[in-house]
Amino acid sequence: MKRPALLLTAVLALAAIVWAENPLLINGAGATFPYPIYSKWFDVYHQKNGNIQFNYQSVGSGAGIKQVTEGTVDFGATDGPMNDDQLKAFQDKRGSAILHFPTVLGAVVPTYNVPGVTGALNFTPEALAGVFLGKITKWNDPAIAGANKGVNLPAEDIVVVHRSDGSGTTYVWTDYLSKVSEEWNSKVKKSTSVNWPVGLGGKGNEGVTGLIKQTPGSIGYVELIYAVQNSVPYGSVKNSSGNFIKADLASVSAAAAGTAKDMPDDFRVSITNASGKTAYPISSFTWLLIPTKFQDAGKRDAIKGFLKWMLTDGQGYAEPLTYAKLPKEVVERELKAISKVQ
Amino acid sequence: MAIVNPTMPDAGPVVASRSFLSRLRDGDEIARLITFLFAASVVLITVLLVFELWTNSALARQKFGLHFFVTRVWDPVMDQFGALPFIFGTVMTSTIALLLAVPLGIGASIFLAELAPARVSDTLQFFIDLLAAVPSVIYGLLGVFIIVPLMRTVIYPALNKPFGYLPMFKGPSYGVGFLTAGIVLAIMVIPYIISVSREVLLSVPRDQREAALALGSTRWESTWKVVVPFAKTGIMGSIFLALARALGETMAVTMVIGNTPKISASVFSPGDTIASVIANQFTEATGDLYLQSLVGLGLVLFLLTFILNGLARLLIVVTTQKGSGKGNQ
Repeated sequence: MKRPALLLTAVLALAAIVWAENPLLINGAGATFPYPIYSKWFDVYHQKNGNIQFNYQSVGSGAGIKQVTEGTVDFGATDGPMNDDQLKAFQDKRGSAILHFPTVLGAVVPTYNVPGVTGALNFTPEALAGVFLGKITKWNDPAIAGANKGVNLPAEDIVVVHRSDGSGTTYVWTDYLSKVSEEWNSKVKKSTSVNWPVGLGGKGNEGVTGLIKQTPGSIGYVELIYAVQNSVPYGSVKNSSGNFIKADLASVSAAAAGTAKDMPDDFRVSITNASGKTAYPISSFTWLLIPTKFQDAGKRDAIKGFLKWMLTDGQGYAEPLTYAKLPKEVVERELKAISKVQ
Repeated sequence: MAIVNPTMPDAGPVVASRSFLSRLRDGDEIARLITFLFAASVVLITVLLVFELWTNSALARQKFGLHFFVTRVWDPVMDQFGALPFIFGTVMTSTIALLLAVPLGIGASIFLAELAPARVSDTLQFFIDLLAAVPSVIYGLLGVFIIVPLMRTVIYPALNKPFGYLPMFKGPSYGVGFLTAGIVLAIMVIPYIISVSREVLLSVPRDQREAALALGSTRWESTWKVVVPFAKTGIMGSIFLALARALGETMAVTMVIGNTPKISASVFSPGDTIASVIANQFTEATGDLYLQSLVGLGLVLFLLTFILNGLARLLIVVTTQKGSGKGNQ
């Protein structure tokens, strides 16, 4: 008789703990790229506010938009802003609007494997577009060689490597190519996955990096964070001011600062090919998607509180995780926008 | 040499002589009903699967109709979707895999079942079962780190130099492509073929072998002309299993095929398969038509599996009738 009684007490005690600790659970889903910083933020915020718990699933930007539209999660997250059709779909389905809140910045860098070349290469926008359109097929093509004086480029075929899975990385890369090349903009356009004119596909950053390591003469693109953390060599890209810039946290933040002035009120802005002398041209925001209306006032206040913390103290956690911080101007405008959530 | 048909047991125990109530009391009827439900669930799941694939691909079916099967373009930006390159890639890689795996697998199973000493056979069987249980991503890594470089440095020059004039061995090699995927798939399905075929060969009655030997045939004659034909249906079954795995394999194929939806006769060119493109693009498919086209591809894969299995079954019927005169079943 002793044992069941003990068991019962234990169960009751456990139930009491669960009951007492039962925090407000807020669900989100979306982009994989910012997952490391988001999980850090949500963890730290939960430690500071024990009654609020965030649950974030990194299922991809597309799935994040879909789930927040259908109302299966409280907020979404995406690497590419929602388009007008998606905003309208949200309005139709939920009867309210959805807001974009930039959280941190990322960048996409060109990486390559050219036999005999060890240093960093310089790429002009024309060279990148030409290579990915399949028009430039040799490494010693004048379009590439012209920007790399003194580097002995071989007469080898170029093998293009791109992402095979739908990805925010691809969105940023094709968004950039659409801006710098008329032909790309009319033929291929920008999206999380496109109909590539040439090349091989690798799954994920690691798949692209693997293919490039294995294939002499190849060129591809990966996220800056992935390249830094895995010591993947990458090249510099010529920005709109004519300077060759190697991506790092400072040059990515500079790209955001360059566009802060003419940023639209809904924060849906592409910062590829941004102005600014030191701006890295293939940079992008990543966004949280927050509905303007919440049924549950508790959830609304919790999310507003989190947004405020994320934009101020939270930004300090970005750089150790190799994400670029938001520029001050953007933070100020976002803090004002929080009041739109009701 | 005549082949004796295996005698089939009767369809089931005779139960009609007792009343329903007494059968219910003894538990026979309950057991029958429960097991029937289990069996019926297989049909139910299949029907549900087709239903889900059918309803969730409605947009794509309405927009593209049968053109879906013959369109070569897969463009998520312009909302143009066609299944042809993926059907081609799926059939091509599975065919290469079976061409390589079937002779190897059946040869190995004959050795293990008929010719090898029991201890060797059992030890090897342990390793084969181990291979069958290896997750496919490991085979993908094997492909990326061993077969892809081997393809570029050894296999490609060896085939392209002497046979380069044939369309199937033309063109450059990137290391990844149909042949690489086919080889990885072959390695993955061989354990299935060996394991099942060996069991089937071992279950051939002793009398069959002894009769053949008594009639003066050699060991090889008895194996090749009596035991193997007797086990033909079971061996075919092992090939089905292999084919099913090859058609649906996702991870290992994605890692070594190059993921390019293009149709090319050359086995060296990169391509894509149905299973691989679904796995790659499903999570980030934003538009409704895009998503439904991917579900439509799933339906096509289901259809493809259905057709290929049907053809293979037809092949069995035809060949077993030729082989044994009367037909085994």
